[in-house]
Amino acid sequence: MSVNTIPTHPGAAPVLQAHSVCKSFGGIEVLKCIDLEVVQGETVVILGPSGSGKSTFLRCINLLERPDGGRILVGGSDVGFRVSGDRLHELSGKELARRRSRIGMVFQQFNLFSHRTVMENLTEGPIGILRMNKKEARERASKLLAQVGLAGREKAYPRQLSGGQQQRVAIARALAMRPMLMLFDEPTSALDPELVGEVLNTMRDLSNEGLTMVVVTHEIAFAREAADRVIFMDGGVVVEEGTPAQVIDNPQNPRTQAFLARFADHQ
Amino acid sequence: MTQTNRGPDIETAVRRKHPGRWLAAAIVAVLLAQFVQFLVTNPRFEWGVVASYLRSESIIRGLGLTLALTVIAMVIGIALGILLAVGRLSENPLVKSVSATYVWFFRGTPTLIQLIFFYNLAALLPELSLGIPFGPAFFQVDTNAVITPLLAAILGLGLNEGAYMAEIIRGGLLSVDPGQREAGQSLGMTGLRVMVRVILPQAMRFIVPPTGNQVISMVKATALVSVIALSDLLYSAQAIYNRTFQTIPLLIVACIWYLAITSLLYIGQYFVERHYGRSTRRARTSFWEFLRIRPRTPGIAAASSSKDDL
Repeated sequence: MSVNTIPTHPGAAPVLQAHSVCKSFGGIEVLKCIDLEVVQGETVVILGPSGSGKSTFLRCINLLERPDGGRILVGGSDVGFRVSGDRLHELSGKELARRRSRIGMVFQQFNLFSHRTVMENLTEGPIGILRMNKKEARERASKLLAQVGLAGREKAYPRQLSGGQQQRVAIARALAMRPMLMLFDEPTSALDPELVGEVLNTMRDLSNEGLTMVVVTHEIAFAREAADRVIFMDGGVVVEEGTPAQVIDNPQNPRTQAFLARFADHQ
Repeated sequence: MTQTNRGPDIETAVRRKHPGRWLAAAIVAVLLAQFVQFLVTNPRFEWGVVASYLRSESIIRGLGLTLALTVIAMVIGIALGILLAVGRLSENPLVKSVSATYVWFFRGTPTLIQLIFFYNLAALLPELSLGIPFGPAFFQVDTNAVITPLLAAILGLGLNEGAYMAEIIRGGLLSVDPGQREAGQSLGMTGLRVMVRVILPQAMRFIVPPTGNQVISMVKATALVSVIALSDLLYSAQAIYNRTFQTIPLLIVACIWYLAITSLLYIGQYFVERHYGRSTRRARTSFWEFLRIRPRTPGIAAASSSKDDL
């Protein structure tokens, strides 16, 4: 399968390069040779029915799942491997952790550290891993909170926040690490319908500011507005790829058409 | 709104009668009265003897040893339990099976036998040495000089406790949502850091309540060391009644002290549990509620309520 990078950001450096990524669970092929290249500043939205492998692919990027084959480069280097001779060698846990710290991830279930306050969630990485000065880390955390519309909630515990607020804290926590790439794994799927908008707005702002993002979602409207490129996955393969206008408004493949038709009523 | 006359109302409903409760209460009251009469009128209790020995020097010294053994065995047990629990959850197959075998062996044999075994270790290994197997020894000592009854007791109780604590801690670690580990990993934490900063602190509220029970059990389990002639609380009481034949009064002396310690621990357990439950929304139970209705595994209840919070 070829890499059909549409030059929405001409000349920008590639941040993510995935080549022939394969993954099986118990003999079932979930990913069949996925290729994807994402350049600096680009927002790529991956659409597809449940079980199409899109979340698995996202989790392969920061090695929460280890692909069975293929190669994934973030910022030009393999996430969990070093090259020696003509083979890849698995990195130590410490080195893997360091490379992962450059990739932010936002989860469907938020996964905020529930025993820590919002401020502690936001400074755990910068202070504990990036060894940032404490005062600096706290100031930056407060700025990020303001950026996601939660100024002044530093002392709250996650359980005291609504789902939408928790997810925005989770976005701020990932941003606090100054990632070169942000992965969003169905960030609004666990939210009550009236809370989805606030999270999508935050993500749209980040996209406009030029953050490099890969978003797995079911929010077609978000994909249309914020994506530079839309990937439609089904059955572990990329079925269709292009601008939102091409894939969402004028899908060519019958599987894409069938999938989008189900959302048509809501548009 | 409620003023319109709609007929009968729940507010004024006649409450159900509970005649069975009154009957049961009456039976219990009679039995209790008989028991009190038995305690007071039976001269063989020799309450005067109980009172005179309650704070005698050798009993207090025995009590001290019982408390010291409890603390030391629990410290060893918890430390060992953490290592074994992490070992059992490790991806390293060797560490995993070594930990599992340890837990299997120490949980599968009686504590009493383990104690006697350590006490008699010299019969199996006359000398302890450190060296290369089948090769030279760097260091060699007489087993009987090292394994005193006290050390045998500490080893027997501590190593055995480690196996039980391992299972409690493993259960606690598994109760933490796997998403927490992934969140830590995606921030760039190493496995050890995720364990120390993310998983263990959240596992504490599943681990602490059963550990409190283990401490209370340990207070009583230390009585086993009396078989290896270590003068703990029970042995001290036995030493006296072997001379004076006041068996029952001295056993009561021992029981009063065991009850006193376990009651104090029970109160302590309430406050420790309340402390670790602070980050869940679950309403605080008052101490009296805690005494009356104690859910068998409060951690599980807390877990499900915190899931709902998400």
